[in-house]
Amino acid sequence: MCLSIPAQVISVQDDTAQVSVSGTIYTAGIQLLEEVREGDYVLLHAGFAIQVIDPGEAEETLRLFKEMNQSGEG
Amino acid sequence: MKYISEYRDRIWMNTLAGQIASCRDMEVTFMEVCGTHTAAISRFGIKTLLPAGIRLISGPGCPVCVTPVGFIDHAVGLARQQQTIITTFGDLLRVPGSTTSLEKVRAEGADVRMVYSVMEALELAHRYPDRQVIFLAIGFETTAPATAAGILCATQEKPGNFFILSAHKVMPPALEMLATEGVSIDGYLCPGHVSVITGEEIYRTIPEKYGLGCVIAGFEPADILLAILMLLRQVSEGNPRVENAYKRAVKPQGNPRALAMMNRVFEPVDTTWRGLGMVKNSGLELREEFASLDAARMIGIDLEPSREPRGCICGDILKGISKPADCNLFSKVCCPENPVGACMVSSEGSCQAAYRYEQYG
Repeated sequence: MCLSIPAQVISVQDDTAQVSVSGTIYTAGIQLLEEVREGDYVLLHAGFAIQVIDPGEAEETLRLFKEMNQSGEG
Repeated sequence: MKYISEYRDRIWMNTLAGQIASCRDMEVTFMEVCGTHTAAISRFGIKTLLPAGIRLISGPGCPVCVTPVGFIDHAVGLARQQQTIITTFGDLLRVPGSTTSLEKVRAEGADVRMVYSVMEALELAHRYPDRQVIFLAIGFETTAPATAAGILCATQEKPGNFFILSAHKVMPPALEMLATEGVSIDGYLCPGHVSVITGEEIYRTIPEKYGLGCVIAGFEPADILLAILMLLRQVSEGNPRVENAYKRAVKPQGNPRALAMMNRVFEPVDTTWRGLGMVKNSGLELREEFASLDAARMIGIDLEPSREPRGCICGDILKGISKPADCNLFSKVCCPENPVGACMVSSEGSCQAAYRYEQYG
């Protein structure tokens, strides 16, 4: 039930945004977010965007994996 | 898919599994609290990547599973009323109540509809002004703010025929209860999407009071393995604390706006969890200001005392005391097509996850 999926914001109008999940377009309520912009990725849950995904932190986790991988080989 | 496929990459899985394998001498049990984690762990075969001494058990974080029989009975009672449309997330349809389920009363002619959001229920209320439309509001902190947003819309739009029946619950009192009751675990894999809303603070007392580590985990296989590795390191260092392995989604302070909306609309109330019984301040009830939208307060119906299904050990499974295979009904009379207990109904229930993916393990 707590499933929520990354969706890219296509357009924003008032309290809703059109978001794309791999090309399928959904309408999402954006009342729970302070700010959201076109192009952002949000977590979509029960018809609402509940958070904007932080691209910097996402990259940082992958960097950590890379580091572990290299130190494992070395 | 961006933010999904990168975290399913086999290279990282192997890397993380390799690091975890270096802890092969440890004997530990971690509880994944969230039902979405239970489903992901089974689906991705995470347990097969762990050394034998590192065990994962499921906790009480599947909202459908912990919803008590009495709530289903209440929903069924409402569904049988004239001029009523019941709207619900799909999983709840098949949960057996004392005598019947929403799916069965729908087959008998009741108007029960599956929706994907509270907003769809609100739209139905506008479309059918001469009928009462009731949204069955279940879920944890992840979902309650969405219901709150729907309630605030309803107070502006004033359809007059829109209600919710709330079984929303919050996680911290249940986690604390399990820790107090001494369920033997060495740490919590904390629910990522609950934490998106609440932030890290709700777990703070658990390492301090109970010495259990709390690591917030995402839902892709590499996210889950990373969180397990972090918990293992906490145990081997003897330093239980709150850590976040899902930083792209979970901020330390959570989502304050969503939290504020939830707290504006709902207030804490004692509520019953299947398996745990009454847990103080763990439920969410509409505040007095919104009482006119509360089906429980506005629509009176007579209900018989509820009965749990006989022989079903859902309750002990939700507390992490028993495994699905310990149940005499499991895979014999209880299966996803004909579920006896809620843990087999929901795709996130530990029984269904075990049935589908773990060869009855």
